[in-house]
Parts: sequence; structure tokens; C-alpha cells
Amino acid sequence: MRWIWIDRILELDPGRRLVAIKHVGLGEDAVQGHFDATDGLGPDRPVLPAPLIIEGMAQTAGVLVGHARGFREKVILAKISRAELDADAHPGATLRYTATLDRIDDAGAATSGAVDLLDPAPCAPGADPRVATAPPAPAVPIGRVDLVFSHIDHNRAGVEFPAHNFVFGESFKTLLRVSGLEGET
Amino acid sequence: MNRDEIFEKVKEVLVDALGVDDDEVTPDASLTADLGAESIDFLDIVFKLEQAFGFKIPQGELFPENVMDNPEFVQDGRVTDAGLAALKERLPHADFTRFESDREVTKVAEVFTVDAVVNFVERKLAGVQA
Repeated sequence: MRWIWIDRILELDPGRRLVAIKHVGLGEDAVQGHFDATDGLGPDRPVLPAPLIIEGMAQTAGVLVGHARGFREKVILAKISRAELDADAHPGATLRYTATLDRIDDAGAATSGAVDLLDPAPCAPGADPRVATAPPAPAVPIGRVDLVFSHIDHNRAGVEFPAHNFVFGESFKTLLRVSGLEGET
Repeated sequence: MNRDEIFEKVKEVLVDALGVDDDEVTPDASLTADLGAESIDFLDIVFKLEQAFGFKIPQGELFPENVMDNPEFVQDGRVTDAGLAALKERLPHADFTRFESDREVTKVAEVFTVDAVVNFVERKLAGVQA
């Protein structure tokens, strides 16, 4: 599960919508040293690199697209149509990815996605961060990531791909199962 | 919807899908050579046209695949008469005037101009209304 950038799937509306979350951890290799240059705290307050937020959405949307066709298709991220992120994700925060399936056919699929940030311990301006009296902040929308996926077996251009589905190994199916959304298959 | 309105909507789709500027999307601009479209962009463009105009585009209708896989259609890297006839039949919305004098198979994608897309949408809308 080393290249899985979503921790749990919260909601699956087959063929329509999938919601997943990702907790950002200080101990993650990818976070180490990836400092936020904008808040002046430098490497002491690292962030999850933005490309991995896009990857998180790609996995969220990719599972939705794969599930829609029973995981028979090899679903490959082909294009990032749009990626806008307005805020950083620091350790301790949770990212929530909501992917919506806009279009799917034999050739591929298009998805749109919303990225929200949930901070369990907000430091509102003027609040004393040592006193945890304030309720957690509501989810804040921080960006949108729209993607296009290719069902590569239908877009071969003369190239042969391996017969087994190398995109959907056990990891994503396991994630669906442990999230309580798919039975033992 | 008249042709100008179709053109404006097609332009919006192409600006969005290809990340090009408004003024680059001229009627005779080639999607590949002038606007930098790659194969996956065609899939994206098809999706966005469907959303913009509210019709379905079956795979291969706007941008056919595999026509040039037929050995009768290509000889020494150039499209044969039979190949050209097949292309024209599959792509009534495209203008082959420029391509006909050259016929180099690698340049066949250049017949996909902005105008060809507008023609395609125009025919499609006429068909839907018929």
C-alpha cells in the first residue's frame, strides 16, 4: 500500500460519486523537508506536496471510474484538465476528495473533483491555541481537480498491454473492502 | 443555433481543453499542428463537445481511429487514392484540399481544423433536429 494516497473511502455512489479522505502525517517521507515557503515557518511546518494532492484525487476518481465498469478496464490517468489549489495541507489536517463522474464510455472517462481541507484544531485569528475549546472548523473548499482517464485497452494505437489488470491490483479493492463499501470478493 | 454561435462554443471548448488563447482559435487552425492537441485531448474535446451541445458522439465519429491501419490505404508513407476516398467518407466534416497535394500520412491529423469541428457540430445539430 505504499503508493496509496487515500486512507479511507467514505462514500460510494456507483457510477456517480466517490468520497475519500487522506490524513496528512508528519512522519510521511513525502512530507519531510517539503517546506511551505509562504508562511515563514520553513521546514518546521512542512506540507503535503501539491502533486500528491492531485494524485489523491486521481486515485479517488480512478477507483470511481474503475468500479463503474467492474474493474475490468485498465484506467490510466491521461490528462489533468484542471488543477487549482488555494491552500496548503499541513500535517494533522485531513483532505477530503469528492470525485464526480461526468462522462464514461469505452474510450475513457472524465471526472471533476472538489478538494476540501478539514482541520481538527483550527487556530482562528485571536484564539488561544493552548485552549481547545473551539469546535473543529468546518471543511473548507481549497481547490478543484478535473481529470480525464483513458481505458487503455481501447486506445492501443498498435501497442499491446499485459492481459492482467495492473492498475487495479488488490490495493484499491482492499481499500474499498476495509472501508466497508464492498464485500469480500 | 447559427454557425457563429457554434464557432463561439467550439472555441470555448478548445480554449478549455487545450489551454490555448482565444485568438489562437481561428477557423483554419489545425488542432494538432497549431493548437498542440495530442491524442488524449481528442477524447477530452469529444466529452466537452457533448456537454456543450447536448448530443452523444460515438467513439471514432469525430476523430476516427485505425483508418490508416489498412495497408491498401497507405503506400510509402503516403495516403493512396483508396485511402483518401475512405477518409473523405468517414470525415465529411473535414476539408482535404490542403492535404491532397501532400498526402503524407503523418500529416493526416492536420485535417482536423477548428472549422472541421464546427462543421461536425453543425451537421450533428441538423441531424438531431431532423
